[in-house]
Amino acid sequence: MNKFHFNRDAILGFIVASLLVLIALRAPVFLSAGSLDTLVTDGALLGMMAVAQMLPILTGGIDLSMPANMAFTGMATALLSKAHPTMPVLLTVAIALGIGLVLGAFNGAFIAYLGIPPIVVTLGTMSIFRGAVFILSRGAWVNAQDFGKPYLAFPMGRLLGLTHIAWISALIIAAAYVFLNHMKKGRDLYALGGNPSAAKYVGINSTHNKMLVYVITGLASGLCGYLWVARYAIAYTEIAMGFELQTIAACVIGGVSITGGRGTIPGVLLGAAFLVIIFNALPIINVSPFWQMAISGAVVLAAVILNSRSERSQGKVILEPNRVPAAKVAL
Amino acid sequence: MKSGGSRWAFAKRWETILVLILLAICIINSMASPYFLNPHNLFDSTQSFSEKALIVLSMTLVIIGRDIDLSVAANVALCSTAMGWLALHGLSTSSLLVASILVGTVAGMFNGFVITWFKVPAIVVTIGTLSLFRGIAYIVLGDHAFTSYPANFWELGQGYLFGMIPYEFLVFLGFAVIFYVLLHRTIIGRNLFAYGNNPDAALYSGIQVNAYRFWFFTLNGAMCGLAAAFLTSRIGATRPNMALGWDMETIAMVVLGGVSIMGGSGTMLGVLLSVFVMGMLTFGLGLVNIPGIMMTVVVGCLLIGAIASPILVKKFADWKRERVGI
Amino acid sequence: MDSNAPAAPPALSLQGIKKHFGGIQALSGVDLHLHSGQVMGLLGENGAGKSTAVKIMTGIYHPDGGQVLVAGQPVDIRGTQDAWAHGITAVHQETVMFDELSVTENIFSGHFLKRGKCLLDWATMRTRAAKLLQDLESDIRPETPLKSLSVAQKHIVEIARALSHDSSVVIMDEPTAALSVHEIEELYQIVRHLKSLGKAILFISHKFDDIFAICDRYTVFRDGGFVGEGSIQDVTQDDLVRMMVGRSVSKMFPKPVVEIGEPVLEVKGLGSATEFDAISFTLRKREVLGFYGLVGAGRTELMEALFGLGRITRGEIRLKGKLLSPTSPREVIDQGVVYVPEDRQRAGAILPMSIQQNITLPSIRRLARGPFLNDRAETAMTDGIVQRLAVKCANSNQKVSELSGGNQQKVVIGKWLATQPEIVVLDEPTKGIDIGSKAAVHSFIGELVTQGLSVIMVSSELPELMGMADRIVVMHKGRIARILERAEFDPETIVSAASGLLPTAVGELA
Repeated sequence: MNKFHFNRDAILGFIVASLLVLIALRAPVFLSAGSLDTLVTDGALLGMMAVAQMLPILTGGIDLSMPANMAFTGMATALLSKAHPTMPVLLTVAIALGIGLVLGAFNGAFIAYLGIPPIVVTLGTMSIFRGAVFILSRGAWVNAQDFGKPYLAFPMGRLLGLTHIAWISALIIAAAYVFLNHMKKGRDLYALGGNPSAAKYVGINSTHNKMLVYVITGLASGLCGYLWVARYAIAYTEIAMGFELQTIAACVIGGVSITGGRGTIPGVLLGAAFLVIIFNALPIINVSPFWQMAISGAVVLAAVILNSRSERSQGKVILEPNRVPAAKVAL
Repeated sequence: MKSGGSRWAFAKRWETILVLILLAICIINSMASPYFLNPHNLFDSTQSFSEKALIVLSMTLVIIGRDIDLSVAANVALCSTAMGWLALHGLSTSSLLVASILVGTVAGMFNGFVITWFKVPAIVVTIGTLSLFRGIAYIVLGDHAFTSYPANFWELGQGYLFGMIPYEFLVFLGFAVIFYVLLHRTIIGRNLFAYGNNPDAALYSGIQVNAYRFWFFTLNGAMCGLAAAFLTSRIGATRPNMALGWDMETIAMVVLGGVSIMGGSGTMLGVLLSVFVMGMLTFGLGLVNIPGIMMTVVVGCLLIGAIASPILVKKFADWKRERVGI
Repeated sequence: MDSNAPAAPPALSLQGIKKHFGGIQALSGVDLHLHSGQVMGLLGENGAGKSTAVKIMTGIYHPDGGQVLVAGQPVDIRGTQDAWAHGITAVHQETVMFDELSVTENIFSGHFLKRGKCLLDWATMRTRAAKLLQDLESDIRPETPLKSLSVAQKHIVEIARALSHDSSVVIMDEPTAALSVHEIEELYQIVRHLKSLGKAILFISHKFDDIFAICDRYTVFRDGGFVGEGSIQDVTQDDLVRMMVGRSVSKMFPKPVVEIGEPVLEVKGLGSATEFDAISFTLRKREVLGFYGLVGAGRTELMEALFGLGRITRGEIRLKGKLLSPTSPREVIDQGVVYVPEDRQRAGAILPMSIQQNITLPSIRRLARGPFLNDRAETAMTDGIVQRLAVKCANSNQKVSELSGGNQQKVVIGKWLATQPEIVVLDEPTKGIDIGSKAAVHSFIGELVTQGLSVIMVSSELPELMGMADRIVVMHKGRIARILERAEFDPETIVSAASGLLPTAVGELA
C-alpha cells in the first residue's frame, strides 16, 4: 500500500516542485516573502478543507455543502462580532465549531440514518445552507469596520513568521494524519469505503462512522468559515462559492479514489499545493484570473483519467509467467 | 404495459401524491394571489421552467441509467457563450439555434467519451467538466456579457402561439411526448431500465451498455444546447454565471418525479408532474415576491424531502409493526 | 459403533439447530459437535446447509430453534466480534477482505493491536503477521497490498487472519478449493499443527481426499437435515456418498443417448494476455462438453472471452466453419451462442424486473415492431417459456426477486432458450441450488441436446460432470491439462490433472 502511494506522491511532489521552479524563473517575485505568505495561507485553508473532504470520499461519499456551511458560520460569527465587538476569540471559535457541527450533523442524519446518497443530500443542503445565509443576513454584507478587533486580529496574527491560520491548519492536518493512519476509527473509514460488506463482517458500524465523518466535515467547515471571513474581513452570502470544486479537485489530483477506500494525506496536500500555486501564479504571469475555473476543471479531468489508466486491471493473472512448455504426451 | 405488479402499484401511488401536491399548490397559490388563475399569467409562468424542463427530460434517462450529470448548467453557459460569440459574427437566429445545439452535443459527447472510454465514474467527470465548461465561458466573457443578438432572436424564448402559449412551452410538450414514448414504449427504454438496474446482467444479455451511456450523455448535452438557446433568447443576453444552480434543480425535479437516484426505475409521467409541481411552486412564490435565493432553498428542501419521505414512512411503519408485535 | 467418540464436552456444539429463510427451511434440526484436538469433516451437497451452519456458528445468522453451546454452556452469538470473543474463527469460501489495504491490516482488521488506548501498534502487528505467514510457510511480505496477490495467496492471508485470533475453534470452509497440490499438503500440516495445539477444527470440503487425509470424524448433512456422524475410520467413500446423496449416483444424472454430430465450434490455440493460453478444443453437435478445474483455473475467463467479454490476443475461433472474433456479447448472441453465468444474482437475472421483462430481454429486437415494444409478442414468448420450463410463479409480471433460487435459474435459462441458440455455455449451473431443481436442470440439459443443441458445462462438481458430459476438458492454471472421453472418466485422473500433477497433453483435438 505505502509503496505504490509513495511512487505516486513522489511524482506529484516532483511536478509541484517543478511548477514552483518554472514560475519563479519566469517571475521571481513569486518567491518573495509576501507572495509566499499568501501561498502558505491559501494553502492552509484549502489544505485543511481538502483533508476534511477526503474523509467522506474515503467512505464512498462526498460533501458538497462544506463551503455553504462555511458561509453560514462565517456570517453568523460575523454578525455576532458586529453586535458584540469585544467578544473573545475563544468564544467565537467555540460558536463557529458549534454551528458547523450542527450543520454537519444535519447532513449526517440523512446520510447515515436514512441511507440517502451523500451526493443528493449535500446537493440539497448546499442550497439550504446558502439560503440560510441570506435569511440570516437579509442580504446585507458585514464589512471590515463592522467586525470586533479580536475577531479579525487572531487568524492573521503571527507566530514565528507564519499566520495563525497556517499553524492551526498544520495542527489539524497533523491530527488528521494520526487519525487516519494510526487510529482504528481512521482505518475503519478506509475499510468502509473499500469493501462495505467486509467492513460489516469485521464489526465496523457503517452508520456511526458515516455520521462521524459528516460531523467532522461540519466542524472543519465551521472553523474555516470563521477563518475565511476574518482573513478577508468581509462576509456576504456568496463567500467561498465554488470552493467545494477546489477541495474535490485537490483530492482527486492527490490520488483519492472517488469510489472510496483509497487516499493519502500527503497526496491531498500536494494536490492542494498544486492548485494554490497555479491560482496564485496566474496574475503574476499575466494570465487573467478568469482562467482559474477552466484550468481547475481540466486538471481534475486529467488527474482522473490518469488515475483510471493506472488502476485498470489487465485481467486476473492466472497463467504462470515462467512456465516450461508442456511436454507432449500421447493419450 | 405493466412492469411487474407491486412496483407499478407503488409508482401509481407516487404519481397520485404528486397530483395531490400539485392541486394543493394551485389552490394555495390562487388564494394567495389574484393573479394566479389568469391564463396569460399561467402560460407565462411556464417560461421560467420550460428550459430546465427540457434538460430534465434527458437527465431522467441519465439517472435511470445509474449515472449523473452535474455539468448541465455549465453546458448551458458554454452554449450560450458560443451563440453570443457567433452572433457577433452575424449569424442568423436559426443558425444560432443550430450552433447552440451542436456545441451542447459536443460537450455531452465529451462527457460520454471520458466516462465510457476511460471508465471513470460520471460524478467526478462531470464535476471536472462543470468547471471546464463554465471556465471557458468565463475566459471568453470575463466580467462582461454578450448582448448583441439578431433582431428576431427574442422570438425563440419570448414568442407566443396565438399570442398566449409560449413557443418554449410547446417545444417542451413536444419533447415530453417523444421522451415518454422513448422511455416506455421502445427497445431503447427497456434496455435502459435493464442496465440501470443491473449493468452486468444487461451486458451479458447483449446490451451495449457503454454505447447507451455515451449516447445518453450526448443527448443530455444536446438538450442543454436547446435550452441555452431558449434561455439566452428570453433573457436577451449571455452572462458567464447564467443558469447557476440548474444542476441541482434539474436533478431535484427528476428525483421528485419518483426516479430513483440509484437507477433502474422511474416514470416519465412522474417527472412531468414534478416539473409542473416545481413550476407552480416557484411561480406562486414569485407572485408573493419571495427572492430567487429562497426558491433554491425550497428546491433543496424538496429534493431531500422527496427522497427521505418514503424511507421515513417505511421506518415508521416498521416501528409501528414492531410495537404492535406483528 | 464409534471408534473415537470423545468423553469430554465438545468445544463447540450445535444441537437441533433450525433456520429458515422466507419459505425455505435451510436447516431442520441439525447436530454438530466439535472436540478439542480433533478435526471434524462436514460433508453435504450444495444446498445441504453447511454454509448456513457456519454462519450460525460465526454469529452472522441467528438460529430459529435449537441451541449453540461453547464448552458445554449455551451461548447466543451475535456477530463476528462476538464469535471471536467465544474463541470461534472461520476461513470462508468467499474472501472477505480489503483489496486496497495491506496484508497486515487485513489480518488484523477488526482486532487491531493498540499501543496504549488509542494508537495502533503497527510494528507489533507487522511482526506478528510476518510470523503467522512464516508458520504457514508463505513468502508473502506483510506490507504487500492485498490486491497484488493471487487468489491462492489471498486465501493464505485469510487463513492467517483466522489464526491471528487465539481461538479454540477454527472453521475452514472449502480451504483447498483454490490451492495446488503442494499448497494443500502444507495446509494439511497446518491443520495437524493446530490439532496438536488442542484446537477444535471443522473442515468442510467436497473433496474426499481432504476428508480421508485429515479428518478424524465426519458429519453429513443432506437437504438441511442431519444424516449421521461418526469416525472416519469406520466408513468408506461410498458410505459417505450414499449418506450425502441418499440415492445411487447414476440415477441422479440422467444422460440421454444422442447421436453426436459434426463439430459446431472449433477453438485453436486461443490465448489472452494473463488468463489462459494454448486453448484448443472442439465442440460437436448434441455434445455435452464438461470443463473441470480448481477455482481460479481460468474456465470462466475462457468462457467470457468466447462470449465477447474478454480480450483475446492469440488463436482463432470457428463457429460452424466461420471465423468468429467476438468483441461484444451482442455479436455472439446473434450467432447463436449463449452464456449463462455462474453468479446468477449479479449477471444472470435482473431481479427487480418482471419475469416477462427478463425472459424477453436478449430477444427484444426480434419481438419488437421497429423500435417499438410489442406486448403481445412478449407475452406469447414468456408464456411459452414459463410453461416449457415449469417456472413456479404467480404470473409473468411477478418480479424475479420473489422467486426461489431454482426458479430464478430457470428464468435465466429460459431467457437464453428464447433466443433459439445452437450452443449453450453453462457456468456452474447447479451451484448453490437445492437438489430438486438440480435434477431438473440436469434433465433439462439432456433435453437441450436431444433437440439438437450443444452444451458446454463448466462445473466444479466432479460427479455431476462425470454423469452428464460426453467429454471433459480439465484446465489447470489457464491451460488445458487433459481432455478425456467418457470411457476414460476416472476421478483420480481428472483431479490429478486439475491439480497440475499430470504432464499435459497439448495440441489435442478431438
